[in-house]
Amino acid sequence: MAEATHAVHMHHAPKGFIRKYIFSTDHKVIGIQYYFLALFSVVLGMLLSVLFRLHLAWPNANWDLLGKLFPTGMAGGLMTPEFYLSLVTMHGTLMVFFVLTTAPQGGFGNYFLPIQIGADDMAFPVLNMLSFWITFVALGVMVMALFAVGGAPLSGWTAYPPLSALGKISGPGEGLGQTLWIISLAIFCVGSLLGALNFITTTLNLRAKGMTLTRMPLTVWAWFTTSILSLLAFPVLLAGGILLVLDRVGGTSFFIPAGLVVNEQLVNHSGGSPLLWQHLFWFFGHPEVYIAILPGMGVASQLLATFSRKPVFGYKAMFSAMLAIGFLGFFVWGHHMFISGMSPYSAVAFSLLTLSIGVPSAIKTFNWLGTLWRGKIEFTSAMLFAIGFVSVFVTGGVSGIFLGQTSLDLYLHDTYFVVGHFHMIMGVAAIFGIFGATYYWFPKMFGRMMNEPLGKIHFWFTFVGVNAIFFPMHIMGVAGHPRRYSDASNFNYLSSMHPLHQFMTVAAIVTATAQLFFLLNFFWSLWKGRKAEMNPWNATTLEWTVPSPPPHDNFGGKLPVVRHGPYEYSVPGAKQDFIMQDSEETVSKTA
Amino acid sequence: MPAAALPEVEIQQGQTVDDGGFGFRSGGRDESRGRGRPEVPVNSYRLGLWFGLGAILMLFVAFTSAYIYRQGLSFDWQPLSPLPILWFNTAVLVLSSLTFEGARRALRHDLTTSFGRWLGVTTLLGVTFLVGQYMAWAQLAARGVFLGTNPHSSFFYLLTATHAVHLLGGVLALGYVMKGSLHQKYTSRSCTAVEVTAVYWHFMDGLWIYLFLLLFLWR
Repeated sequence: MAEATHAVHMHHAPKGFIRKYIFSTDHKVIGIQYYFLALFSVVLGMLLSVLFRLHLAWPNANWDLLGKLFPTGMAGGLMTPEFYLSLVTMHGTLMVFFVLTTAPQGGFGNYFLPIQIGADDMAFPVLNMLSFWITFVALGVMVMALFAVGGAPLSGWTAYPPLSALGKISGPGEGLGQTLWIISLAIFCVGSLLGALNFITTTLNLRAKGMTLTRMPLTVWAWFTTSILSLLAFPVLLAGGILLVLDRVGGTSFFIPAGLVVNEQLVNHSGGSPLLWQHLFWFFGHPEVYIAILPGMGVASQLLATFSRKPVFGYKAMFSAMLAIGFLGFFVWGHHMFISGMSPYSAVAFSLLTLSIGVPSAIKTFNWLGTLWRGKIEFTSAMLFAIGFVSVFVTGGVSGIFLGQTSLDLYLHDTYFVVGHFHMIMGVAAIFGIFGATYYWFPKMFGRMMNEPLGKIHFWFTFVGVNAIFFPMHIMGVAGHPRRYSDASNFNYLSSMHPLHQFMTVAAIVTATAQLFFLLNFFWSLWKGRKAEMNPWNATTLEWTVPSPPPHDNFGGKLPVVRHGPYEYSVPGAKQDFIMQDSEETVSKTA
Repeated sequence: MPAAALPEVEIQQGQTVDDGGFGFRSGGRDESRGRGRPEVPVNSYRLGLWFGLGAILMLFVAFTSAYIYRQGLSFDWQPLSPLPILWFNTAVLVLSSLTFEGARRALRHDLTTSFGRWLGVTTLLGVTFLVGQYMAWAQLAARGVFLGTNPHSSFFYLLTATHAVHLLGGVLALGYVMKGSLHQKYTSRSCTAVEVTAVYWHFMDGLWIYLFLLLFLWR
């Protein structure tokens, strides 16, 4: 092990609470800030989902307490359809943007990318701080939207015009709430863009001596690829958002067609196209799915190798597959619009391109299984979540193959099948990546170990729970249950599925409650956990060569020199079953 | 644009870098120098700028596709004709790129006074352009053509405003460089901020010419 092991805090860290913990330029502090921002959002988003699940299961029940909390949306304890839609909208928005986009990338990426490549900080620390605080402002505006006068936005996280572009006349929640929603996302785009260009520059430019691109951990490859996607996708959402705001407040008609009558009023706009929004939104929206899940793929690779004590199977194929997924992800947005009215020729092209993403995805899946094959597997909580990630990735991926085919999508579109699909692949898989990363890196970030038995209880409840919530959705979708209905009990043909709704709601409540195991574990370990050593998992990458938590400048003034690949586990002839990336140990290849 | 103070780093002419694979520099920082922080690799700022420009480009690509899509669909498209002042503004902005090059040439020969003077002219031209754009808006408004009047005017206001906001960033960066030049901060071997601002400025110039052509050739 190299010079960096005896790191001392010799570098001038900022003095004073505010510079150190609030407006810090230290990538580690910023990473933790992002993580807590996501933690706040995920708790809020989850609570909202429990509320609307309650309504779906017992639409006519009277919730007096909730009636007091939300006097308009739940007047008299009964949920209005508009309030139901607001809850769904805010749940989706908070989860997609403020959890799945921030925690894996802004949180763990910020904290570990510089350390894993042997840098003492990001390329632009001040910009990094700005990215976080801009994102924070965006979250503030989004929370304001939730409590906006006239109701919280209810256009869904995709905010399709024309209703989202018209303002108050299209109903409650379409006034101030919707405007704030768009403004929040526009601010969010700016923060994400600054973050992305920082990540890319850091990865390309600040690698330690010997850290060639093909020695980068797969987590770094994942964050790097994700940043490229962010850089190219978020400007398009920003453009769409600006156009949508102008339609709402500037009197333009980008998305609003002529002759539109809404709530018995003729709208004074002409010539716009709601489809234009769908193109802009999904050109961003599909890469966004990969922005959420690619970091999870990197984490899964890292964890499966560490806890199988084996090199990642097909390292080069793994990062190539990520790049391929990222690249192809820009040419498939049309599959969200198969029933929006599209030339069948375009639909075939979008369909083929969509299905082709199955190839790199399958390469990754088989390589993960190959990594596990004949490994000395340690079932730590982190490992369980990594294996869980592969499982839900397969479940969600296979249903994606169904939806990618136009003929099937015509039937399944806007049913619960879609809801089940994207929750598995984008929500649950990405969340499993976040949980795995938390259990794995917590010792490094906070200097203490998390409790393993609690972690395992958390995993099993969550794994069984999410399958219990989302698997039935696929069945309901095939049976023709439309999504977005706040109350399906009035429809004869749907009434037979009502018990499933109740089952899913109970599963959601149990799963949400099980997250208390995680929160308890997290905060208890923060103060009371067993002190962590420098390298508790016997892992190989550079973050494990520095103290837990690392000093202000990561390597104590002496940057590491990298001599090994990222996953040299169980190398024949080596002294231990792992070789650190900066180790001076040489093992003859012929041994 | 450069919000943080840019550490000025000397560019070694003909410096070779350790190629870490795939053609990118593999953190060739010399270990013997101890802490790496003082010399932020000089090309981080350039690299960061290029990626930033990539993002700005994507924004305008998205606007362009919206423009073409909206124009192709509609029956209410009433193209504006270019106001004379827009020709003047265009000329001013192109001229400002040339004067910026004049400044860089002066700096290459370490003629710091001349450098500052050229920079001043460039900044003045930049501000003139912004004022000119505002006057174009005022003239349109006087004719009763506003943001929501028809789709082409919507795009005209949208694109000119978005460009102006970005150009304003360039003017602020120029102000930053001017302030540095007053303190003799830049030399021919230490001029990252100047170089980065120049690339940004030329990009904004080119972007305007593109937008001008889009707005008045693709009607």
